[in-house]
Amino acid sequence: MSRLNEENLRIARQIISAYPKKKSALIPLLHLAQEQNGLVTNEAMTHIAELVDVTPAEVLGTCSFYEMFKRHPVGEYQINICHGISCHLLGAEDVLEHAESSLGVKEGEITQDGKFSFEGVECIAACTEAPCLQVNYRYINKVNADEFDQLIDDLRNETKTEIPKHGTLANTRQKIPANKAAGPAQVEESSRPIWLKRNKEE
Amino acid sequence: MSNPSEEIDEVSVIIDGQEVHVKAGEILIDACESAGVDIPRFCYHKRMSQVGMCRMCIVEVDTGRGSSLQPSCMMNVSEGMVVDTQSELTKKVQDGVLEFLLLNHPLDCPVCDKGGECPLQDQTMAYGPGETRFVEEKRHFEKPIPINENVFLDRERCILCDRCTRFADEVVGDPLIQFIDRGNSTQVNTFPEDPFASYFSGNIVQICPVGALTAKSYRFKARPWDLEEIESTYPNPLGDRIVVQSSRDQVLRLQGLDSEAVNWGWLSDKDRFSFEAFQSEYRLDSPLVRGGGLNKAEKGGAGLVASSWAGALSIVTDSLKDVNPDRVAFLGGARLTNESQYAWTKLAKGVLGTDHVSADLGDELPAHVLLGLPRATISELCQPNNTIVLLTSDLKEEYGTLFIRLRHAAKAQGVNIVELSPTRTGLSNVAAVSLHPLPGEIGNVAEALVTGDIPREVGGITGEEIANAHEYLQNSNVFVVVNRSSIGQSTTPIIDAITSFQKLDNCRFLPLVRRGNTMGALDMGMSPGLLPGRNTLSSGSAVFSDIWPNLPAKEGADTKQILQNAADGKIDTLFLIGADPISDFPDRSLAKSAIQNAGTVVSVDLFVTPSVYESDVVLPAASFLEVNGSHTNVEGRITPIRQKVTAPGTSRPDWMIASEIAYLLGHNLNIDTPEDVWNEMTSRSAVHGNLGYPHFDNDQNGHLITATGRIPFLPSQERLESRPVDSYAMRLIIGKRMFDHGTITQMSASLRSLAEASQLRINQYDFERLGIDEGTKVQVTSGDRDISVTVKIDDRVPRSCALIYANLDGADPRELLNEGSHSIDIRIDPTVRA
Repeated sequence: MSRLNEENLRIARQIISAYPKKKSALIPLLHLAQEQNGLVTNEAMTHIAELVDVTPAEVLGTCSFYEMFKRHPVGEYQINICHGISCHLLGAEDVLEHAESSLGVKEGEITQDGKFSFEGVECIAACTEAPCLQVNYRYINKVNADEFDQLIDDLRNETKTEIPKHGTLANTRQKIPANKAAGPAQVEESSRPIWLKRNKEE
Repeated sequence: MSNPSEEIDEVSVIIDGQEVHVKAGEILIDACESAGVDIPRFCYHKRMSQVGMCRMCIVEVDTGRGSSLQPSCMMNVSEGMVVDTQSELTKKVQDGVLEFLLLNHPLDCPVCDKGGECPLQDQTMAYGPGETRFVEEKRHFEKPIPINENVFLDRERCILCDRCTRFADEVVGDPLIQFIDRGNSTQVNTFPEDPFASYFSGNIVQICPVGALTAKSYRFKARPWDLEEIESTYPNPLGDRIVVQSSRDQVLRLQGLDSEAVNWGWLSDKDRFSFEAFQSEYRLDSPLVRGGGLNKAEKGGAGLVASSWAGALSIVTDSLKDVNPDRVAFLGGARLTNESQYAWTKLAKGVLGTDHVSADLGDELPAHVLLGLPRATISELCQPNNTIVLLTSDLKEEYGTLFIRLRHAAKAQGVNIVELSPTRTGLSNVAAVSLHPLPGEIGNVAEALVTGDIPREVGGITGEEIANAHEYLQNSNVFVVVNRSSIGQSTTPIIDAITSFQKLDNCRFLPLVRRGNTMGALDMGMSPGLLPGRNTLSSGSAVFSDIWPNLPAKEGADTKQILQNAADGKIDTLFLIGADPISDFPDRSLAKSAIQNAGTVVSVDLFVTPSVYESDVVLPAASFLEVNGSHTNVEGRITPIRQKVTAPGTSRPDWMIASEIAYLLGHNLNIDTPEDVWNEMTSRSAVHGNLGYPHFDNDQNGHLITATGRIPFLPSQERLESRPVDSYAMRLIIGKRMFDHGTITQMSASLRSLAEASQLRINQYDFERLGIDEGTKVQVTSGDRDISVTVKIDDRVPRSCALIYANLDGADPRELLNEGSHSIDIRIDPTVRA
């Protein structure tokens, strides 16, 4: 069972209440599910579908569109090694090769302790810092083999605490004060978007 | 400058060098089509929104800023537009688009069912490259996967046109198939373990422009070029237009025919896949008579044995010789074509002289409601700013294509729906107002709604809700769609409600019937007191007396009285013309005792139903796929039914059986073909006027008969008192499911497994009060009657109400009905586990 747990369900309801339409909370809730389990499970998608009143297929359609929602297990630390043109020229392939041999797994696989997985990705827009990589979408710049090993050690010994486990978007949860939230009520008062009326979605 | 407020109706555009005048704002691809210029397309479908997914319809368009390439499905015509669909550039683009579409297409045409009728194949031949330049590996998916019981999906063949997914979401509101993943690996699929459980899934097979979606019932059965086809009508209450396709005298599939007035090309799965039933091995193909061992006819025999027509008909005619007309009765007839109905009415009322003829099986609205109200067509309902009031059950379950039309009207045509149904329905989420009055209270709710004289609470609905709904009845044309929403509620509250709505100016109605051609049956006089052409026995005698020698002297009994008379031994010969009172009549035990106590019971049917099983003589009839004739839908629209295949064995068209019986009794009905009926009927019926057979033959919308007022609606004199439900009881709703234990569904291999078991559905709140687990069997009592049934949570059911669907496997809710009650209260005893 990996539906949203009680605490996350409470947060989910809070998130939903911040939007004029339930369906708008779909992506934030997918992040929440991924934060809970490190991936988005089918059960979580079904749960989200119930919460925002759409079909599970619609949730899957949205979820599968985004690369950052993982529907298959990844390590606690998902390492994205850039092999875009700049990184490639400055040794990305060596880093990839080194990652493979030092972690003992192939691209896309998870280490036995469940800690790490890595893959080569297209340009992550840090060409000035090539070769670069991301750990759970946090940038590590200008890496070489030694620095990569150091990084892995730090993560394994949990000394590099600024990087949260996979799925966590931020260390602090966004809080929207009641007077700033759009909420369901205020849409009625403002001028109604035409598409709401056209789709008769309310 | 012209006045901007002045509406421009027409614009002139130049299409391929020809100046044409088209409606302003029309979609370019449609405008070209109406100008006789065909533009290739895959994703565009005129009954759905435009998405511009496939890019196949790109043409060169100049709107005054120089020519550019535009997808013609995403563009509206404007004054002075110059379109070139034949330019070198257009051709090059079409060729390029097709090359892209074919990148991942497996080109397995030789083993593909679509081959021969495939738009991708056809357009590749017409516009595409002759050779591929693609040498890389194509993407692969598991080939075909079932997405529900009846539809298979081959994702390799899919060109991602979004037609099926759009249909599911937009047209029927079941978005259970979606684009999954993205880029090169985009695929159409369902959520894992969550099938495309839509009542309309067959339509996506019909609209798929490639062979990606195939129907189980047609897979590998035939090649399109081997098929013969004919346009016909599915004899359901809406008269959905269909194309019947067959090969070697066997029907292989039904397709929806795009009729502007009725079904827009859509069909429900129940209708689309039901053709299998008529080819089932259980179809009756020879007459049966009651008999014993050695196939010997024997009155009082234990079973039914095969017989010859001569043998079976002699038993029928023996029972009718010198009989008192008052001791002969006819039930049913809604299955028949108009022509067969006329023939049987002529036999009953013109030859035998009995008026005990009724097509109603105790679950229809009364004839004066169906014939007497000012009627509207579906298209008249769906005009902008109209308000449609639904006094109906869930249209999605019972009237599939009407549901689709009304859903579209609410979403895209600016129609407001005010729903007054017993439960939430498939239309609730598009309705402007969705209210659920307690069964039995609809009359009081309607009165408050119409008059605006609003009490604090009425029928379980707050005054505020009524006031909100009341607003929608102001300043707009009001149309009321009404049916017998639950057999747990008598027709009295419904007639009260209609009486209230008649106070509104120009309010018009669309009363719905339960059974296929009930409207035709009424127009052909299959109701006590009626003669064909909406004549009454008194007004019509003069019209028919010269050709109908023995017109009945007095008005006959209704269905219930006929069954009562039969049960009392007062009926010598009871005809069941496609009727199964044991399964359908609300009082099952009365129906059973009627059939057992009637002298001779003659069934004219296609299958051995429970009532047929109890009959003395069974005459096999031809189905609508095997006869010529016509059908009358709920709007009063007459459309042709055409024969495509021959009837099995010695089964005969219904009109022929009536004619034969009359002949053996020494009367000639003068009916040798359905046209004979038509000519005789139209010569006598003012309603059908001078409609010649060919008159409606080629018009896909058929011909509408309008004759309001000949049979007047009888308004209620006094409204039924409100009867609140006490806190220990629940009000019973008996609904209808699309797939149930009805004969046709059960005889169709594709549909049989879709019927669920009988369950008592209550909402979460009431369920929690019971303190039991879901699925527990409980005892449900109503007065001294009880059934035991499992409980299911269903939040579509309002509080203090309980819903059971009729005619499912397991508990039969008819057991709870009380004689003469306007609504039924039940109690649930969770402690008694039966």
